[in-house]
This record gives sequence, structure tokens and C-alpha cells, in this order.
Amino acid sequence: MITLERLTKRYEATTAVDDVSMIVEPHTITTVVGTSGSGKSTLLRMINRLVEPTSGRVLIDGIDTATEPAHLLRRRIGYAIQGLGLFPHRTVAENIATVPRLLGWDAARVRRRVDELLAAFELDPARYADVYPHELSGGEQQRVGVARALAAEPNLLLMDEPFGALDPILRGKAQDDLLDIQRRFGTTIILVTHDIDEAFRLGHRVAVMSGGRLLQHDRPARLVTHPADPFVSQLVGATERALRLLALTPAHEIARPGVVEGPTLPGTATLRELLDALVWSGAAAANVADGAGAADRHVTLGAVLAHGRRAGE
Amino acid sequence: MSTVRRAPWVDPLGAVLLTIGAFGWLTLPLVLFKANRILPGVPHTLAEVLPTSFVVAVYATLATTAYVALRVASPRVRLATALLAIAVIAVAVAAAASALTPPGNRVVRVAPGGAFWLLLLALGLLATDAIARLRPGPLLRVGWLVAFFAAVIGALHTGFFDDLSILREHAVNAARFADEVRRHLWLALGSLLAALLLAWPLGLVCHRLPRLQGAVLGTLNFVQTIPSIALFGILMAPLAALAAAWPWLAGLGVSGIGAAPAAVALFLYSLLPLVANTVVGLSRVSSAAVDAARGMGMTSLQVLRAIELPLALPALLAGIRIVLVQNIGLVTIAALIGGGGLGTFVFQGIGQTAMDLVLLGALPTVALAFAAAVVLDALADLTRRVPR
Repeated sequence: MITLERLTKRYEATTAVDDVSMIVEPHTITTVVGTSGSGKSTLLRMINRLVEPTSGRVLIDGIDTATEPAHLLRRRIGYAIQGLGLFPHRTVAENIATVPRLLGWDAARVRRRVDELLAAFELDPARYADVYPHELSGGEQQRVGVARALAAEPNLLLMDEPFGALDPILRGKAQDDLLDIQRRFGTTIILVTHDIDEAFRLGHRVAVMSGGRLLQHDRPARLVTHPADPFVSQLVGATERALRLLALTPAHEIARPGVVEGPTLPGTATLRELLDALVWSGAAAANVADGAGAADRHVTLGAVLAHGRRAGE
Repeated sequence: MSTVRRAPWVDPLGAVLLTIGAFGWLTLPLVLFKANRILPGVPHTLAEVLPTSFVVAVYATLATTAYVALRVASPRVRLATALLAIAVIAVAVAAAASALTPPGNRVVRVAPGGAFWLLLLALGLLATDAIARLRPGPLLRVGWLVAFFAAVIGALHTGFFDDLSILREHAVNAARFADEVRRHLWLALGSLLAALLLAWPLGLVCHRLPRLQGAVLGTLNFVQTIPSIALFGILMAPLAALAAAWPWLAGLGVSGIGAAPAAVALFLYSLLPLVANTVVGLSRVSSAAVDAARGMGMTSLQVLRAIELPLALPALLAGIRIVLVQNIGLVTIAALIGGGGLGTFVFQGIGQTAMDLVLLGALPTVALAFAAAVVLDALADLTRRVPR
């Protein structure tokens, strides 16, 4: 568990982060979203002490991070940034091995871990271990950047706009990969982004920052149904609240047994995707596939509409 | 049926070089005969001194070279032809010198004339252009340099060129020549090494504290604008005073004239390029890479050693290259205040109006500077693992 206690950072005349308190549950993804200058990056950098707070504390599993030398603390925390910061003069394997080597792992263990990570990110070790970052495509570089951040098996991973430089298609793939990796390793992730869609898609909890203050920190659905601040409602988008909410619910959650006339969606589809399929096909209901790909349940248009209705609640 | 005749292809650089070479060949003498070393020379043509077959061979070589320079695209052929032509005109001038010198006479001087120097320039450019077109790797370039120097030194040792005026001057000054070359290199390299010890830390401090940067670079810039002779003059008084006040300093060689002010001046001139290149090199290191390195738990020293220095290395080497080439040239002027080095021959030669002695100082200086540039460029290429 990560506890931020009244964190504040002041630079001479300006206050970058203003009295932010927050609790991050282990094995979850928390996204911090805000405009540029909202203090979200500074908040993140105070967690691994790249920025020292003016006041306030960060506790990891109850222990104040200020009690440990900063460089030792950082070796326990994964860190991935926009532009990745891959070392251009070191091979992919050497890049990934950075923190394990700092921690003094023996060569065989480092090699094993590098191969394991490359394989986990769909990069063939035989082909990719010994090439330099500039020989990789943008998507490959991005995967190496995340692999490097995870190399020493950190319990906590900090990510600052990690997908900011990717095109929309690679971005969607990278987000799926991250969700997958998080489920597999159970890593606690705090991810900073300016993209509200990304924040909703990835975050078990979303923290909205503006002007250095934390406006709201809650489950994504609560941000839509109960915005704590006009800025939050504006960010969430007053004209697409219902659609956002539908996008947060997997279709199988409200599916009823039985197969109907209509399109069939994969088991991972959200209600928003299901609604889209209904509008597109003109059908009154759609089927949802099970894990094996066979349709066994359905959702009606009426059920979708009922699920999205929140006005007057 | 009509055919379209296109203008024949002509290599543009070849055309320019041919013009330079032909201008020299047609308007200037190839060899100059002087009854003694300070008299003006009397021009001679090759035909006056060498057997006809020899003259025909020289003309044939030059004509072939002209054709290759204009019409042949293959860099290998261009390089081989240029090197062959250089060898042929060098042999021709040396043979002319031997023919013009009465046996046993050590007083007359036979010097290569303007035509020789212009041809050498044109052929040298033809050869270096051909090498550049071959795009050799850094190690191969150094290999070429070593082979060329070995060939020149080997040829000079055969004795075949001994009747040429420059080698006559060398023979008279042989012991001193070796000493002055050593002293020249010692002054150029020693001041560079001393400057590095100050410049690299200073550059690092300037990079970390940008507020200092303006003041430091401004001061060094000012030093750089002082003309070298003026700086030697400025240093004379304080160094002489130091030596007078503390005799043990004088014992170490500190004095108002001689090597001490030369070394100090070269040291000061070295600082700006070294500090500026260090600052530029460090500032070009990707800030994302440095941020990531710190974020992953490297200490400042580890970031410097593992990330910043390796990535700035090509820029650091570029600074060394600038300074070394600059110092090799500047040491020549240090001879004016008794600093020694190859400049000694240049200024003696000017004093005695003996141009051959001037060349004995100047040509090796140029060769040293050229070699330093090639070697350091190659080193910079070898360390640049990241494409620019």
C-alpha cells in the first residue's frame, strides 16, 4: 500500500503540488490525469524522490521513503517515462539489465530475467537482445522501456505518460499489454497521463489533478456519476457521460442466458461496444461469447439503456 | 536515323584540379637552381636536365592523370593514378636535382619550383577526394595515413632525394631537427593534457550550473581573442617576476622567455575549445536517458560514468582534435620567444632569407597537424556507436 500524506511541493513563487493525500491499494492501477501544469508529474516524481517534497510524506507499506537513501529506494521502484529514455549506446539486453546490475545480480540470473522479459513482451531474445534501441520500431522501443522498468520485479511501477509518443493503434496495443502484464505480475502501477480516455481505460482508480490540487480520487464510474468538482465533469465530458459509463462495464456482467437473433460479440466486449453493434445492425439484442468463443448469453437494448441511465439517481 | 549526341561526362572537381595543375605546369618553373642557399633561384625545365625518355615518361604520366581526373569515375583508379603521379613528379624533381648538382658540391641548392608545389596540391586533393569517395572506415583511414607516412619516410631514407634543397637543409640540421620535432610534440601534447585536467571538470561544472556557463565561457572567449604573439608578450613579465622571486621555479624551467610562456599560452588557448565541447557534448545527452537513469536508481557518479560521458565522448574527442591541430600550428610561433619546436627553422629561415629552411620547419608542421586530425577523427568515429 502506498500512502501519500499531505504532499506539497513549492518552487519559489509557485506551488506545483498542493497538500495532496491519497491511498493507493496494492495490485491496482491508479491513473493520475490532469492538464499540463496540473502537478501530476511532480506528484509522481515525489514518490521515488526524483523531486523532494517541500512538506508531507510518502509511505510504502507503512515505511517513510525518506528514511532510505534515494538511489536505493528508486532501485525498488520501476520507472518508465515518455520518450522512454532508453540508453542509446547500450543494447536492448543491457538496457533491460540496468537495475538488476545495479542491484548486483549475478550474470546468469540477469541473462535469464532479460530473456524472460523479452519473451513476455513478444520480443524474440535471439533477435532483439543484442540490437541497439535506434534499430527498433517505436512500438518495440516502448515495450523495451516497460520491460526495463519491470526488470528487477518491483512491487511498484511509476509511469509518466509512457504511451505519449505512440500512434493511436500502437497505443491501444500498449494499453492492452500493460493491463495484461499487471494481471500477470500483480504490480501496483501509478500512471500519469493527460488523456482522460487512457485514464478511464487503465485505471482501477482515477485521480484528477488541477492546479496542483487533487480534485477527486475514485473509481472511474464514480467520476462519471458523482463528479466532485465542475472541472471533473468537464473533463469526463457532459455529453458522453452515459457512453463512458457503458465503456466501463463488460457486457457479460449483465448478460442473460439464451441465444437471440442478432450480432455476436467477443467475451471481452464492453456495453459501449455492444450498443455500437446494436445501433449499427439495427438488432434489438446481441449475443456475448463465452471464453471458448461460442455464444451462450445475450444482452437486450433495453438492458443496455437501463444500465446507462443515471439521471435522477 | 538521327542520334542525339550528349556532352561527354566530365568530373567537375577533376576539371578544377586540372586547371590548377596545368596553370602551374605552364606558367611556373618545376625546378629552381641556386648557386647558394640564399640566392634567388634560376628556373630550369625538365627537358634541359633530364634524358628525353625520362621527360616523355613524366609527360605521359601527367597526361594520363589529366584524363583520369576528367573522365574516369572509379575512385580506386583515381587514387592509384594520383599517387603514381605524385611519385613520378617527386622522382623527376629529385633526379633533376642530382643532375644539376656538381658531384661533391654542398653549396648549390636545387629546390622544387612553383609548378611542383601546385601539381602536388592538385594531385593531393585528387587523392584525398578519391579516398573520401571510397568511404573507408575509421581504422582503414588510419591505415592509409600510416602507409602514406611510411612510404614518404622510407623514400626519403633511400638517399635518392638527398640532393633536394630541403633535405640538404635537413642534413645540415639533422640532430637539431629530431630534437625540435620532439620538443614541438611535447609542447603541443603537454599543454593539451594539462588543459584537459582543468577543462573537463570545468565543463562538467558549467553543465551542472548553467549560471556559471556565461561567465566561464565569456572569460575563455576573451583569452582566445588575444593574438598569440601578444599573449607571449603579456606572459613574459609575470613569469620572469615569478622566477626571480622563487629561484626554485626558475630551476624548474620557469622564465620570461623559452618554453614556459609558450606552454602557459598554449594551455590557455586550449581551454575554450575543450570546455565548450564538454558543455555541448553533455548538453546533447538525451535528458530522457539521464532522467531514466536517475529514476532507476543510479547515483550521480554512475549517471556520469555510464550515461553522460560515453554519450558525450565524440564531442570530447572533437574538442581534443581542435586543440591538438591548433596547438601544433601555434607551437610554431612559440619559437619567437625561444620556445623551440619546428618554428625555430621557420624563423631562422626567414631571418636568413633561406626559403628551404622555412620549408624544413613548415612542411613537417603541416604533416603533424594533418596526421593528428585524421587519427582523432577516426577515434571520434569509433566511439560514435549511436547515429547522429
